[in-house]
Amino acid sequence: MSTVKQDTRLRDILGTSALRPDGVAKVMGSFSFSSDIWAENMLWGATLRSPHPYARIVSIDTTAALLISGVSAVITAQDVPGKATYGLISADQPVFASEFVRYMGEPVAAVAADHPETCRRALAAIIVNYEVLTPVVDPELAMLATTEQIHPDGNLIRHQKIICGDPHISGDITVEGHYTIGMQDQAFLGLEAAMAFPDSGGNGVELHIATQWLHEDRGQIAACLKLPEDNVRLVLGGVGGAFGAREDISLQVHCCLLALRTGRPIKMQYSREESFFGHVHRHPAKIWMKHHASKEGKIVKVESRMMFDGGAYTSTSPAVLINGITHTQGPYQCDNAVVDGYAVRTNNPPCGAMRGFGVVQACFAHESQMDKLAQACGLSPVEVRLINAMHTGDKLITGQVMESVAPVERCIRETDAIPMPEPLAANANVLELPGGSGRTADRQNIVRGIGWGVSMKNLMYSEGFDDFATARCTLSNGIASLKFATAEVGQGFVTLAPQIARSVLGVDDVVLETSDTQIGSAGSTSASRQTWMSGGAVDGACRLVRERLFEHVGKLHNIDPIRLMIEHTDVIDTIGTFRISVAEATQGITLSETFEHHHRKTEDLDANGQGNCHVAFAFVAHRAVVDVDIELGLVKVVQIATAQDVGRVLNPLSAIGQIEGGIAQGLGLAVMEEIIMDNGRVKNPSFTDYLLPTALDAPSVVAIMIEEPEPQAPLGAKGIGEPPCISVTPAIVAAIRAATGKALSRVPVRPQDICL
Amino acid sequence: MSESIGNEMYTLRINGQDRHVKDAWVGESLLYVLRERLELPGSKGACEQGECGSCTVLMDGDAVCSCLVMAATAVGADIVTVEGLIEKDPSMASTARTITDQISGQITDVQRAFIEEGGVQCGFCTPGLIVAVHHLLDKNPDPTELEVKESISGNICRCTGYGRIFAAVEAVVQVRKASR
Repeated sequence: MSTVKQDTRLRDILGTSALRPDGVAKVMGSFSFSSDIWAENMLWGATLRSPHPYARIVSIDTTAALLISGVSAVITAQDVPGKATYGLISADQPVFASEFVRYMGEPVAAVAADHPETCRRALAAIIVNYEVLTPVVDPELAMLATTEQIHPDGNLIRHQKIICGDPHISGDITVEGHYTIGMQDQAFLGLEAAMAFPDSGGNGVELHIATQWLHEDRGQIAACLKLPEDNVRLVLGGVGGAFGAREDISLQVHCCLLALRTGRPIKMQYSREESFFGHVHRHPAKIWMKHHASKEGKIVKVESRMMFDGGAYTSTSPAVLINGITHTQGPYQCDNAVVDGYAVRTNNPPCGAMRGFGVVQACFAHESQMDKLAQACGLSPVEVRLINAMHTGDKLITGQVMESVAPVERCIRETDAIPMPEPLAANANVLELPGGSGRTADRQNIVRGIGWGVSMKNLMYSEGFDDFATARCTLSNGIASLKFATAEVGQGFVTLAPQIARSVLGVDDVVLETSDTQIGSAGSTSASRQTWMSGGAVDGACRLVRERLFEHVGKLHNIDPIRLMIEHTDVIDTIGTFRISVAEATQGITLSETFEHHHRKTEDLDANGQGNCHVAFAFVAHRAVVDVDIELGLVKVVQIATAQDVGRVLNPLSAIGQIEGGIAQGLGLAVMEEIIMDNGRVKNPSFTDYLLPTALDAPSVVAIMIEEPEPQAPLGAKGIGEPPCISVTPAIVAAIRAATGKALSRVPVRPQDICL
Repeated sequence: MSESIGNEMYTLRINGQDRHVKDAWVGESLLYVLRERLELPGSKGACEQGECGSCTVLMDGDAVCSCLVMAATAVGADIVTVEGLIEKDPSMASTARTITDQISGQITDVQRAFIEEGGVQCGFCTPGLIVAVHHLLDKNPDPTELEVKESISGNICRCTGYGRIFAAVEAVVQVRKASR
């Protein structure tokens, strides 16, 4: 048997650190991102955006722009042949603003020209007369009936409450707080970019696009273009990160419209500044939360009111809100709850999906509360969390039973057992101090703090959405080809899919076909869902092909197919001695099967927020160690210890990459990342002013992956993308509180919050 | 290109070759010229203001952000892009299973380590980081952990949290040390 094990380890099957098949191209610079596509005879496209957060458009004059040499087209709302609006949940966002602009940066017109500089000049020559209006920027005011409704659909996007158990019960102890979460940007590196090729007759278009969900894009684009979906073909352009920001339409419709108008390929790509206006952000939120508990620290009831600022258009606000309120309890047992949640329209930038999707906001509140509860009961942060830790079989505040594996206690205990970092050395390099080389901390003022955060995160889509993924497997001459529309955005599905095929089919050579709309939908690369969903689809398709292979071999060699199995790279007879390599068995034949993986059905919430609305959950614990200069308010995150419930590790190298990357984004929200708004205006749309964690900000990460395979999951693996970034934020803030004694009720924590 | 914009002509020295640029607009950055005129799209643009390092190239041996260099001012400089990196000692063996020997010969030890250690996810920051790490190790073959962090702190990666990138640099340093 040892021989088999040896061989198994050498093959890139499930459980190994198989390397990225696109790695070589990416390190050489030859991988084609959507911004790298070039075409003969192409034109550049560019977008004119509103300088005002709220204004009435009085007139638009494009005459001068069209006269500029090199300009081929200028289009506005009146040039949209189909549906004038689009949107993921509600089609309430105009392709181009016509009557009103409702946020700073809203598209008003687009141009096609021979050079980016010509485009810039053309945009500058478009004359738009605005009647500037007073923006509605406070969601509390916006939701009042007496406030001006800034959209025909009204200002209240969604209201949902949860009432569970006895709403009037109280406990020996109550703790409460008001928490604020700032607007975070996904800040993927690869800016929005696309290339649209018009069909020769002008009745169709092929769009090469960096997106998270090809089929959803296609549906929205086709409706706006007034073309049958079959005439709109989408091909995944190389995607330079996503994190939720590519779920909504950005330049897709504009690019296709310009291509159809000019009859030439159109290349569009946003600048970084434009990107800050061109995609949705994480919802800023204000949350009040109150916990009632026994004097021993056991939670009796949680009360909360959550206010999510959705910005000017709906995007995914209704779903973000539901994620927020249904995660009020966090990964803790709780029998009674009263929660009230609102998602409200304002003249701020539209907000939607970002890694963690509503749970990030709720988690900052409930984890801040757990520390208050610990203090009130004389418990440690670890003790209070262990006392309340959720288990499989517990009933959630929505009435749904926790059917997922729920190793919350293990996550906490294993994180707690990770050794602490060394104390700050007396001779530590200045770069290791808070503030680094820029603003040097005074060693006398540096205080170390430790904090905790634990979270629960739903996986996949909720509230009755029929979520599925499609994959096709074709096996011939010992080579498996896989076809799916799954968006590879960096997460590594292109690594995982061949691992699945090798494991199921006993092949080594796996070819990935182009990801495009020439097959059924794979759903979105979001909600930690692709390993489960597209992984399930690839696994299903490969298993169907394997059945066909066994039938073929069985018939040819007169063996009952039920006796056949794959061992290593051979088909073997489990009873007899027959053995044939998969490569030999598939010479000259082609076996092809398509499989759709659906997760189990979910339900809408009722008026009291009751219902089996989520599919499954994953858990994680984080412990943060920080050094704080309490005089200057500077923070250095020294170490993050974490134990994450992953179900099963399918690729250790990919998994640690997700964990470390998510932690860095959660660190960003904790201490540096915020889109700063001033009366509807974005003040910092650049990487100079919107700060992101650099290599010097990266903490030491010590990670444990807890493997308790999830029975519901096709491969036993839970999604691992979102949990790393959720509870690390409150853990870091708790550590800063421990160091400073400050209440710190908002993220990101700014220097002035610490030192003033 | 229309006559209204761009009639500059100049020659750049890139990856050891003279590359002629015709009909260019004088305002074009080196990054734009590399990507859009010279078919060298390996250098990436992600911030246009020298904050993210995705467009890092070597100019006369210095690592610079090509988005901040006007192409017409780079005449006479020796420019190396990610496409032109070569390994100083190509004898080092690959340990990667999925990198074939054929391809392995075309990439440098730094590039190989980024793949093997998981330093690549979406890959958009990768070319700039690869150039920055080559630059670091050429100047300082045995950097401390802190020197590594400082030298790549001008290259933003949004996917990895940097852990696997540190691992990649460390792997190269160790292999180079062992082969000295």
